[in-house]
Amino acid sequence: MDINFLQYAFIQKAFLAGSFIAVTCAALGMFLVLRKMSLISDGLSHVSFGAIALGLFLGVYPYYAAVPLVMAASYLILKITEKAKVYGDAAIGIVSAVGIAGGVILASLSKGFNVDLFSYLFGNILSISTTEVVLSVLLSFVVLAVLWFYYWDLFSATFDQNYARTTGVKTNMINIILTLLTSLVVVLSVKVVGVLLVSALMILPAAGALQLAKGFRSAILVGCCFSLVSVLTGITFSFFLDLPTGATIVMINAIIFAIALIYKKIA
Amino acid sequence: MPIIEIKNASVSYNNSDVLTDISFSVEPADFIGFVGPNGAGKTTLVKSIFGLVPLKTGSIELFGTNAKKFTDWGKIGYLPQQSSTINPLFPATVEEVILLGMLSQKKLPRKFTKADRTKVDEIADQLKIGGLKKRMLSELSGGQQQKVLLARCLVSKPQLLIFDEPSTALDPDSRESFFQLVKELNKKNGIAVVLVTHDAGFVGKFAEKLLYLDKKLVYFGKFSEFCKSDEMRLFFGEHYQHIICHQHDK
Repeated sequence: MDINFLQYAFIQKAFLAGSFIAVTCAALGMFLVLRKMSLISDGLSHVSFGAIALGLFLGVYPYYAAVPLVMAASYLILKITEKAKVYGDAAIGIVSAVGIAGGVILASLSKGFNVDLFSYLFGNILSISTTEVVLSVLLSFVVLAVLWFYYWDLFSATFDQNYARTTGVKTNMINIILTLLTSLVVVLSVKVVGVLLVSALMILPAAGALQLAKGFRSAILVGCCFSLVSVLTGITFSFFLDLPTGATIVMINAIIFAIALIYKKIA
Repeated sequence: MPIIEIKNASVSYNNSDVLTDISFSVEPADFIGFVGPNGAGKTTLVKSIFGLVPLKTGSIELFGTNAKKFTDWGKIGYLPQQSSTINPLFPATVEEVILLGMLSQKKLPRKFTKADRTKVDEIADQLKIGGLKKRMLSELSGGQQQKVLLARCLVSKPQLLIFDEPSTALDPDSRESFFQLVKELNKKNGIAVVLVTHDAGFVGKFAEKLLYLDKKLVYFGKFSEFCKSDEMRLFFGEHYQHIICHQHDK
C-alpha cells in the first residue's frame, strides 16, 4: 500500500472532516440508540434530501438550505408526537416521506441538477470542498461542546426520563436539544456516506460499542473509536480498491459490529 | 412545617377523574403507607407530587413552597417502580447511576467532583454494595439493583423518601431486609418515608400511618386508629380490616 496517498489534499481533507464527523456521529448515536430513537436519523436524512434539492433548485448552497430545514423538521417531529397523538415512529415516517416526495418533485421540475442530487444520495467525501471541511469541523465542535455541557442531563434523561425530571432535569428541553443536534449531524454526514446511509453512521458504532462497554462513558468512547476506524479505513480502502467511499465505510462499520457481537458471545 | 401538604388535589386523564379532592400532609419523620387496589391512583398521586402529572384542581406544597416553584429536589429521594426503570441494554455502572441522585444539587454544566464520588463510596459502603461500584447495573440481581437505586435516592441526603412499589422485583428475603433498612433510615436518621404499595397486609409491619386511596381518600391517619375504627370496619369488612392491621410482629 502506497502511503504517499496521504499527500493528496483531497485525502487530507476527507480524513480531517471524516474524523470529526465520525466521532460526532458515534457520540450522539449512543444517546439515540439507547432512547430507541435511532430511526430519527434515517427520517431526517430523507428530509435533508428534500432540503438539498430545494437548495439546488433555488441556487442556494445546499448546506445552507439543509441545516435550517432539517432542524425545523426535527422540531416538527417532536411537536407532532407531543400534540397530535401520533407515535414517534409514525411522526418520523410522515416528515421523512414529505422530505423525499419534495426532493423528487423538485428534481423532476429542474431536470438540470439530477447528477448533483444523486451525489448527495450516496455521498462522496473525497470530493469535499475546503468550505465543507471548515463547516464540518466547526459544527462538530458545536455538537461535541453541547454534548459535553449537557452530558449528565442527557445521561439521566436517557436512563430514566421520569426520574430525571424529579431531579430537576428539564427533559423536554433535553429532547429538543437532542433532535436539533441530530439534524446538524445528519446534514454533516450526508457528505460522508450520503442520504441513504447516514443512519448507519449513527447506529452501527453505538450498537457495536454496546456489545463491549463496561460503563456509559466507556461505551461512548468505544463507539467513537469504532466510528473513527471505520471512516479512516473506509476512505483508504475505497481509494485503493476504487470502491464507493460511503458504502465502504458502512460495510466496515458493519464488520466491526459483527466482530463485537461475536466477541461478546465467545468472551 | 409539613414536608408535603396537599390540599383538595384532583387529577383527570381524558376527562375521567383519576383522583378527587385529596388532602393530607406528610410531617418530618413520618412513615406512611400509600395503599389501595390497582388503578386506585397511587402512582398518579406520587407523580403529581413531582409535577409529572398536572393537577386539575387543588395545590401541593413541598417544604412550604408551591410545588411548581420548588427547586430543591435533593431534599426528596424517589425510587420509581423498578420494572419501568432498568433498560437491560443500558451500559451504566453502579457508580454512574448513584451519581445521578446528586444532579439536583448541581448547576449547569453539571459535573461531579472527587468529593461527590467519595459520597457515592460512603453510601455504597453503608448499603453493602461498595464492591459493585464498577459493575454494570444490568448485570446485578433484582435485590442488588434495588439497593443501587436506594443509594441513588440517599446520596443527596434527602429528608423525604418516596418509594413506588419497591418490592415488586424482590424475593421475600430481600423484601424483608430492604424494608428493615428503610425502617432504620426512618428511625435513626429521621427521614420521612412514603411507601406506595398494593400490599395492604405487609406495609403495616413498618409504617406508622396509613393513607388508603381508591380514587379518593378513604382513610388517612395512624394504623392504630384505623384498626379500632368502626367506620373502617364497616367500609372494608372485619376480615380485610384485620389483614390491613396485620401488625403482630411490630
